[in-house]
Amino acid sequence: MQVANFTIPEIQEGLRTRAFSAVELAKHALHFAETHNPATNAYLLLSPELALAQAEAVDRKLAAGEDPGLLAGVPVAVKDVILTKGVRTTCASKILEHFIPPYSATAVLRLERAGAVMLGKTNCDEFAMGSSNENSAFGPVRNPVALDRVPGGSSGGSAAVVAQGTAVVSLGSDTGGSIRQPASFCGVVGVTPTYGRVSRYGLVAFASSLDHIGPFARTVRDAATLLEVIAGHDELDSTSASAPVPHYTEMLKTAALRGSLKGVRLGIPKEYFKDATGETADLVRRAIEILREEGCTTQEISLPSTDYAIDTYYVLSTAEASSNLARYDGVRFTVRSPHSGTISQMFNNTRGENFGAEVKRRIMLGTYVLSQGYYEAYYKKAQQVRTLITRDFTRAFADVDAIVAPVSPFPAFKLGEKLADPLQMYLSDIYTVTGSLAGLPCMSVPCGRTADNLPVGLQILCNHFEEARMFQIADAFERVVR
Amino acid sequence: MPLTEDDVRRVAALANLTLTPEEVPQMVHNLGEILAHMDRLGEIDTSGIEPMSQVLYRSSENSPETATLREDIPRPPLGSEPALQNAPLSAPGYFKVPLVIER
Repeated sequence: MQVANFTIPEIQEGLRTRAFSAVELAKHALHFAETHNPATNAYLLLSPELALAQAEAVDRKLAAGEDPGLLAGVPVAVKDVILTKGVRTTCASKILEHFIPPYSATAVLRLERAGAVMLGKTNCDEFAMGSSNENSAFGPVRNPVALDRVPGGSSGGSAAVVAQGTAVVSLGSDTGGSIRQPASFCGVVGVTPTYGRVSRYGLVAFASSLDHIGPFARTVRDAATLLEVIAGHDELDSTSASAPVPHYTEMLKTAALRGSLKGVRLGIPKEYFKDATGETADLVRRAIEILREEGCTTQEISLPSTDYAIDTYYVLSTAEASSNLARYDGVRFTVRSPHSGTISQMFNNTRGENFGAEVKRRIMLGTYVLSQGYYEAYYKKAQQVRTLITRDFTRAFADVDAIVAPVSPFPAFKLGEKLADPLQMYLSDIYTVTGSLAGLPCMSVPCGRTADNLPVGLQILCNHFEEARMFQIADAFERVVR
Repeated sequence: MPLTEDDVRRVAALANLTLTPEEVPQMVHNLGEILAHMDRLGEIDTSGIEPMSQVLYRSSENSPETATLREDIPRPPLGSEPALQNAPLSAPGYFKVPLVIER
C-alpha cells in the first residue's frame, strides 16, 4: 500500500474494489505517520482512536451499500488552530497547552460527515502568527523536502504532512499567506478560498476579517474535492457566504473544467515582477510560458497599491489580533500563572509568561495602532488603503480572468535564518497579503524546483467565488508539468 | 517621534501583558522599526476613501454581498459544564479567580 503517494481517487478505487478496507488503510497511515513524524515534528498529536472509529464507520457504510461520502477513508490532518471536539487543540501555544475543545469546527464536522479519517493535529506558528513555523511553542517543523529548512508558515505542519506523505490531504488556515507560502515551500497544492466560502466557526480567531480555512493536497483535484466538502453557508458564522458551491470534483473530470485554456485571459502584475530575479522568478515566468502554450493570453496589469500592502496587512491583522487574544486571561482556558495575588496580576502574568515572543509583539503592535492618538494615523488609514488595494483587483478583473504571480520572493530558507529580524520576516509576505486583504480565492500550485531541489509555487488569483476557474487553470498546468 | 521604553510600558499595561525587564528594550527596537515602516502609509492620499472593515461589505458595486445578519433569535448556549471544563479553577456554575477588589 503506497500510503505516502495516495490520492483521493486511488483510495476510492481501492475501497471500491476491496483492495483494502478503510480500517486497514487507517492503521497503515497511522503507522506511517508515527514512524516518520519525528523527522519533521509536523504533527503535534496523533488521534488513533478517533481515526479507527471513523474508519470503522466507513467500512460499515460500504458493507451496507450506503454512500460513504466524497472523502471516504481518506486520511486527513487538521491544523491545531481548528477545534476538534474532545481532541486537544493548542494553537501551538503554551497558553492552550491542555485545552480540550467542547465542540468541533464546522469544517471538521463536514470532513467527518464526508467519511474522512482524522489522523491528528498539525504544528503551526503560535496562533498562526508567523511565516516559518518557528514560532511554535512545541518546536519548529522541518521541511520534508530539505530537513535543514523551514516548511513555511503559519500552516507549516499541514503542508509538511502532505509533502511527507503522513496525510493525504490536510486543513490549514490562511490570514496573510499561511496556506499558499508553506504549500509553495513544501511543493504541494494549497488553496485559500474566497473570504466567507468556508465557515470560520471553530477556527480560533487571529484576525477575523482576514481568516480563512483552506485545503492542502498533492493534486489540484484532491484540493478541489476537499474544498467542495468544507465550503458552503453555515449559520454559525455570520460572515459565511451563501453563494452555492459548485461540484468541483465532477467538473474537473468533465469538459466543464477539463477543456482547453484557449482564450483564458491572464494578468501579470508588473509590481510583482519589478525586482524579481533569480530562480524563483525564472520558474514562475516559465510557468506562465507553459500556460500561454496551453492557450491562455497574457497581458501586463498594474496593481499600484501593492507597495503598501504589507504595512496595511500588519496594521489591520495585529489590531484584530490584539482584540481577539484578549480572551486568554487565565480564567477560562487551562493555564493560569501561579504568581498572582490579585486578578489583574493574574491576567498580566498569565499572558506574559505563556505567550511567545511573536504573539506578544503582535499584541503590542495591535494595541499601539488602536490606542488613543494613533487610531486615525494607523488603523483607519490602513482600512482606507485596504479599499484601494481591493479596487486595484476589481479594476484588473474587468480585463482578465485570473492573475498569476509568485507566492514568495524566495524558496524555503534555513531554520533560524530570518528569526532575528521580524521586519524582514514580515516583508517576505509581500505577494500573499494582497489577495488576503481583498478576500480573493488564491492558491499555490507547484511549478518546479531550484538547482538546490527546493520547490517553488505559482500563485493563481481569481475574482470572488471563482474557485472553479482557478482550479481549471491549476489542473491544466499540473497535467502538463507532471 | 521615536518609541520610548515608557511608551512600551504604557501599551503593555493596555494589553494586560507583563513584560520582563529584558523584553522592554527589545520591544522598543522591534516595534520602533516596524512602526517606522508602517509610517509609509502616511504617503498615500486617502481623502474621501471609505475605510474597509470587512471583505465584500460595500467593497465594490458588483461584488456579491456575503456578510449577512442572522435572525435575532436566541439559541441554546454551550451550557455551563462544557464552558467550565477547561477552566484552571472552577466550582459548579462559576469560575474561581483571585481577589478582585484591591485595597
